[in-house]
Amino acid sequence: MNLAPTSAPQSRRRPYDGVVVAAPVTVPYRRYSTNTAHWWVGRAVREVIQKARLKSADIDGLSLSSFTVGPDTAIGLTQHLGLSPRWLDHVPLGGASGVVALRRAARAVQCGDAEFVVCVAGDTNQVDSFRRMLSTFSRFAQDAVYPYGSGGPNASFALITRNYMKHYGATREDFGKICVAQRANALKFPHALMKKPLTLDEYLGARAISDPIHLFDCVMPCAGAEAFLVCREDVARSLELPAARLLATIERHNAFPEDPIQYRGGWALDIDEFYAMAGVTADDVDFVQTYDDYPVICMMQMEDLGFCGKGEGPEFVRSHTLTADGSFPHNTSGGQLSVGQAGAAGGFLGLVEAVRQVTDGALGAAVPGAAIGLVSGFGMVTYDRGLASGAALLAGGRA
Amino acid sequence: MTKPLQRPKRKDPLKKTRIPLLPQGTRSRTALGLTSAAAEGRFQLQVCSDCAMVVYPPRDACPRCLSARLPFKDVPNGGTLLAETTIRTSTDVYFRERMPWRIGTVALDAGPSIVAHLHGDVREGERARLQLKIDKSGQAIAMALPESDTPNMADDPQWRELTCDPKYRRVLITDGRTAVGQALAEALSEAGASVIFVGVADPWKPFPGEDKLRKIERVEIVALDLTDTISVNECAGEFAARVDILINTAEHVRTGGIIERKGLTIAREELEIRYFGLTRLAQAFGPVLRARGADGVNSAAAFVNLLSVYALVNWPTYGAFSATEAACLSAAQSLRTELRPGGVKVLNVFFGPLETEWYQVVPPPKVTPSALANATVRALQHGLEDVFVGDIAEDIRARLAVSPKALERELGS
Ligand SMILES: [Zn+2]
Repeated sequence: MNLAPTSAPQSRRRPYDGVVVAAPVTVPYRRYSTNTAHWWVGRAVREVIQKARLKSADIDGLSLSSFTVGPDTAIGLTQHLGLSPRWLDHVPLGGASGVVALRRAARAVQCGDAEFVVCVAGDTNQVDSFRRMLSTFSRFAQDAVYPYGSGGPNASFALITRNYMKHYGATREDFGKICVAQRANALKFPHALMKKPLTLDEYLGARAISDPIHLFDCVMPCAGAEAFLVCREDVARSLELPAARLLATIERHNAFPEDPIQYRGGWALDIDEFYAMAGVTADDVDFVQTYDDYPVICMMQMEDLGFCGKGEGPEFVRSHTLTADGSFPHNTSGGQLSVGQAGAAGGFLGLVEAVRQVTDGALGAAVPGAAIGLVSGFGMVTYDRGLASGAALLAGGRA
Repeated sequence: MTKPLQRPKRKDPLKKTRIPLLPQGTRSRTALGLTSAAAEGRFQLQVCSDCAMVVYPPRDACPRCLSARLPFKDVPNGGTLLAETTIRTSTDVYFRERMPWRIGTVALDAGPSIVAHLHGDVREGERARLQLKIDKSGQAIAMALPESDTPNMADDPQWRELTCDPKYRRVLITDGRTAVGQALAEALSEAGASVIFVGVADPWKPFPGEDKLRKIERVEIVALDLTDTISVNECAGEFAARVDILINTAEHVRTGGIIERKGLTIAREELEIRYFGLTRLAQAFGPVLRARGADGVNSAAAFVNLLSVYALVNWPTYGAFSATEAACLSAAQSLRTELRPGGVKVLNVFFGPLETEWYQVVPPPKVTPSALANATVRALQHGLEDVFVGDIAEDIRARLAVSPKALERELGS
């Protein structure tokens, strides 16, 4: 019996007709916070409710993602926040949390199990919380990663980056271009923690963290929260809420377990069905929010999401500006590399930004004429590779 | 190429001794199978009994067929280093003071990819062999070595962190009157120990082999009587701060079971020399060893017990002797936990009957003192925790693994 997926599923999925995403919320990040994750989650949920002009009693669905809310899970938060939902979810999937929370919530709304689902991700960052999380992140991390130099994700992604560079000829300049473009986007985004411009020379001259990973390849762990509301399109219209329609989603875990080292993610398995469900192609996409825990992963997503072939990522990056006003608008708020990584909220950042872009609500650099946006999620390195991947296509009024 | 180790300078007495820190030692219960293999220097991974898949990291279900039958078995340790990184910042205090630190992904020929520590002579894209080692926390880790030996490879700092190499270390052999003690002095001198203190009770009394022992380079005879607490404490007071490896060579071998012996005289003597001798050494030297586990090139590294393999299962022909050896083994297990905070290893060397006068009536195969000494030095160089020397010891080990009850009957017949 071989458990590895061999091909995309044969059954056709039903479209998400009439489901929208609205009320994108960011609670401004802080490098460190003495507040708890509960506080951050509470701020985000409150802002969604206010933005949608609802009351707590209207919220009948809640989806929570957080690494630092322990010992609580979503159920504890219902009592903490005074919500009585009839649909509840906890999505502990790190960088894939946003897409996964959205696709589950969308089906709940579509089928009538809930009318208003608030999807929220929030984490605090206390001075020692990152270290403590690393050593207990997973059983494999405890047994087979942390005892090896305790370099955390920097070391794990250094190995993936090194292998990718060797195989596909990517250079530090290519990764630098991604980081520099995201910083340019971030300078216009009010909530970005990084406020100073970044030049390629500064990127290249930064200190090594875990070769070939250098300082500006790494996200800055911080505290923060992101949230959005999932509801029916007609309901959003009656509330006069700007909303993004959900065209397609995919999700895949532990794809390609036989690859000796990660050079592709689960998107590659499901990408054809993804665009088919939406009835669009990669050419129709106006901007892309990749999951940017490290720039090599951005490049991998450009390939696996169909914008170029495998191994063509470096050339693709060289041929685009990657800024919000350019030929391939990418991580338009600055991404985690420039905004900061607020734990699981890092898996919501691109999604919340995409909703803003297609609903003319950009807080920073707006992508001119943005109609269709692609959001991608990736996460959960329990041993040597990211296990979770997902993506969503969103459309605004122009599509 | 590995830079040869420099002989450490005499320590500035005003300099603070670095407090020993340990890497994280928490492991899942299943992963402790790796520790069992590493303790004996074997390379074992889980191998699925149903589909033969080699599995890593340790699991409780086979990722190919979901079988729960996943015993640890010897597997080929060759592979290719796919990618490496040099970690320069770590969240862990142990690694922080040892930066930079190299790790890499090794694709094993046997199947899985293993993230491993890297020996300095392993190169990306090249062949490597993996070994399982016990780290300072007492748990197994994988380390990639170059495919064939390289000059000075034992001096690699990441490797030396995992071994108890006697090179440039100071060793105490607790009883130099025994043939094994003398053979060890010779083997350690050859292995590059910087001083070999050899304990002798009543050193003014001549003993066989004394002249030869005194001629061995860097040997220094010191007064030490393991049956006398004051003597052990005085020896520790003078030398403990300069002992990096302690090897207890005391022996007391007499035939006879429990009933045949009249009274407790011989039993007391056995315990006095072996069990209480070990206890005295542990109490006098243990605290100093434990405090010096991270003291540079000649940090405290190991407490070595030479144990009869009949510590593991009683041989009634030497029944009372076996019981004393079992007591010493049990104490050694406790010592392992007690010395771990210092990152100091307890090495147990199990041996069968020796080629000495005390085993005169025992037929061969027997272990020569020099074979036992060489095996002990090799075990230190490889950082092992349990080693079995000679055919009898290996045989007992193997039969014990199959059926302790059968072995009990066989030894009693
Ligand atoms: Zn199997």
